[in-house]
Amino acid sequence: MKAAEIAELLNEPACAHNKKEKSGCAKTKPGATAGGCSFDGAQIALLPVADVAHIVHGPIACAGSSWDNRGTRSSGPTLYRIGMTTDLTEQDVIMGRGEKRLFHAIKQAIDDYSPAAVFLYSTCVPALTGDDMEAVARAATERWGTPVVPVDCAGFYGTKNLGNRIAGEAMFRHVIGTREPDPVPASAQRPGIPVFDVNLIGEYNIAGEFWHVAPLFDELGLRILCTLSGDTRFREVQTMHRAKVSMVVCAKALLNVARKLETDFGVPFFEGSFYGITDTSQALRDFARLIGDPGLSLRTEHLIAREEAKIKAALAPWAARLKDKRVLLYTGGVKSWSVVSALQDLGMKVVATGTNKSTEEDKARIREIMGDDAKMITDGSPKALLQAYKDHQADILIAGGRNLYTALKARIPFLDINQEREFGYAGYDGMLELVRQLALTLEAPVWAQVRAPAPWATPALAGEPLAARE
Amino acid sequence: MAESLKRAKALAVNPLKASQPVGAALAFLGLKNSIPMLHGSQGCTAFGKVFFVRHFREPIPLQTTAMDQVSTIMSADENVIEGLRVICEKNQPDVIGLPTTGLSEMQGTDIRRLVREFRAQNPQFESTAVVPVNTPDYTGCLESGFALAVEAIIDVLVPDTRESALAGRRKRQVNVLCASMLTPGDTEAIREWIEAFGLRPVMLPDIGDSLDGHLVDVETTPLTLGGTPKSEIAAMCESVATLVIGRSLAKAADLLKERSGVPDYRFDHLLGLAACDAFTMALAEISGQPVPARIDRLRRQLQDAMVDTHFMTGFLRVAIAADADLLVGLGQFLAGVGAEIVAAVAPARAEVLAEMPATSVQIGDLEDMEKLARAGRVQLVISNSHAAQSAERLGVPLLRAGFPQYDWVGGYTRTWVGYRGARQALFDVANLFLGNHHDIPVHRSIYRDATEPATPARSPSGAGLVGH
Repeated sequence: MKAAEIAELLNEPACAHNKKEKSGCAKTKPGATAGGCSFDGAQIALLPVADVAHIVHGPIACAGSSWDNRGTRSSGPTLYRIGMTTDLTEQDVIMGRGEKRLFHAIKQAIDDYSPAAVFLYSTCVPALTGDDMEAVARAATERWGTPVVPVDCAGFYGTKNLGNRIAGEAMFRHVIGTREPDPVPASAQRPGIPVFDVNLIGEYNIAGEFWHVAPLFDELGLRILCTLSGDTRFREVQTMHRAKVSMVVCAKALLNVARKLETDFGVPFFEGSFYGITDTSQALRDFARLIGDPGLSLRTEHLIAREEAKIKAALAPWAARLKDKRVLLYTGGVKSWSVVSALQDLGMKVVATGTNKSTEEDKARIREIMGDDAKMITDGSPKALLQAYKDHQADILIAGGRNLYTALKARIPFLDINQEREFGYAGYDGMLELVRQLALTLEAPVWAQVRAPAPWATPALAGEPLAARE
Repeated sequence: MAESLKRAKALAVNPLKASQPVGAALAFLGLKNSIPMLHGSQGCTAFGKVFFVRHFREPIPLQTTAMDQVSTIMSADENVIEGLRVICEKNQPDVIGLPTTGLSEMQGTDIRRLVREFRAQNPQFESTAVVPVNTPDYTGCLESGFALAVEAIIDVLVPDTRESALAGRRKRQVNVLCASMLTPGDTEAIREWIEAFGLRPVMLPDIGDSLDGHLVDVETTPLTLGGTPKSEIAAMCESVATLVIGRSLAKAADLLKERSGVPDYRFDHLLGLAACDAFTMALAEISGQPVPARIDRLRRQLQDAMVDTHFMTGFLRVAIAADADLLVGLGQFLAGVGAEIVAAVAPARAEVLAEMPATSVQIGDLEDMEKLARAGRVQLVISNSHAAQSAERLGVPLLRAGFPQYDWVGGYTRTWVGYRGARQALFDVANLFLGNHHDIPVHRSIYRDATEPATPARSPSGAGLVGH
């Protein structure tokens, strides 16, 4: 990928990060960088496309340590969980055989797994040897008739965020707009409920959590053309350009897709979240608003009233247990405010929140929700997090999986909010899972047992030998 | 405090209980050069033998007084005396255990008098000790029969030394009274634990030495392959302390203390951090030695596992059906890591059941367990192999514990006690939970391609791989 192309991706006009002094995505800093690379980001964004063969082109480190570690779930094909890599050898690199191996790898994947399409992810080594992945993809598509999509996402291009964006760009360039949506099946037509097509962008169906929300879309007559990319199919990505409206879910990184859908195909978009009661209701309202159908708006309000009443009743006993518990939140970007509102719905106190990846808008939103004395943390190192935990007398740390063992080693309750997690928190019903997991870790009896020193660690308890009594 | 709920139905369905004579036989199987002979019909022994052969996957020495129709009506006294004589002549055992059964108890046998008569008639067999014990199967269960046998062993084999004050003469020797909940793996672990403090344990009984499953040079033996030697039992009165593991052994412990004057330390079980700490502290106190660094490390490993697995063990709804000591041990251990005991079933009453961390303990069977478990939306069942069907009907995994375990190789020797045993148990519970994790139900949109095949059900990967 050319430097100019990277610069263009970094300069995302719809991204709020772009408006302040720091332009585009922040540069990585040697010795003080924790996040993933572009390859990681591109994979995260696209791996949930379930019926695609995802081939990582590179030596083993890239796929070897990352395959099948996403919590995303599919309701149909499971091909995405099959790890595929060209596993380049020294000979391949020296002799320049990477392209040839890739070409054969594509054939093997098509022969053995009949994928709907093949996605190729380049990595640092073939980027350096100069493998022309795009040419290989073109040749393979022609040769075997299965779409082969190159995603040029070598790790050294930059951060995970950039990788997300590269992935979006690849979809936009090679996939979106290559097919028209199917007609709505007659069996799904219901009188009085017109069908509107929508997109979700950046919804990954972690632990299947979107299935908490998806039935509501069916009920309202909102057909999700594509989620880009949780529980999605290649043929769905192809039709995204026909949606009436897109929702960007909790991720700035794929904003480029939403913006281009708007400029090129006239699909308006909004940003929202399915975490918490307030945000879930707001997202449904925004769909109705942008679609502008009075009947839909009415049905949406009815549904929201019904669901909110139901979930509030179910949450009441839990809320009593969680009320006034102090939370230290450390998540990236949009999640920092969307989770805050979910926790506040429960009566919990968010004492501080990480704003490392948040935009000025996000921060303003946090201030709006948490009040002016909102503490914002920018240093996400384990030491700083633990210090903040102590300073703010928090009861629990809510953060991404990589901080899990930081918390546990420090013997403090923890809730995983990132993509590796096992539990789904989205939508109204997801709140029940969220409170259960919060109470589970907060009330776990293990904390007292692991915080107390060993009984023999206290000198006063050292026993008097029986022999001495004689 | 848990309330024990009486058995409330006429029919026991899928029984949890194993009998007292079988439990007593097990205790004698933990003595060296020993053989139990059940005073009853040959079936009492045959069933007991199969029960243990399948559980331990070992040949089991077990004899019978073979009461028949005539001797049952007329008198079976001669059966006992003849049986003892035959065994002594053929095998010269060090100890013959002589538990009674429902049949001989109903007949009204006076088992102690019969032993006295045998002694009077056969002075040449003086070197073989005979330990009679009353263990009718219409009361108690395996655990209580085992405990009665341990008490009887002490009664017969530990001399009364109150007057001579021999206690503490062997400064590094400690007695360990082991209840029926301890597996061969457990007794081995306890031995190493004690030895780490420079102490020398005398385990009574020691099924870790006899039923651990080891190949020996002789091809057949009519007696036990190992276990507590008779001479060691006699020397228990010289130990510096007695460690009692299992509330069921309280009366046996009282007797030993009364006989020998050796001070004792009592533990309901050794499952989980708190119980392990108490035991470690007792060993430090008895030995006067600091806790070895190795044990401190094992403790920290357990703590780490507790923290790592609390996401899975927390709020985990567990049903346990087992004899009282094991039930309470497992219950306290799992409640200590946040699990909720939704069903606790014991086959017979016991004092320790009051300590169960549950609102009540049902005295009953596996059907009771299944019903309570279903009502409590159970996520994990812990019980013996008989509960496999219940667990299957409930659609949850089974962690095997207790007697019998006939469908799980190695279950008989699993180590539950100690920091390391607790850690492994936590891992296994967590893995069983993950392997059976209930995902959010898949939603297939009505607008979606209906021809696409649905995801095959997620295979319970963890359940297959995990030890239990």
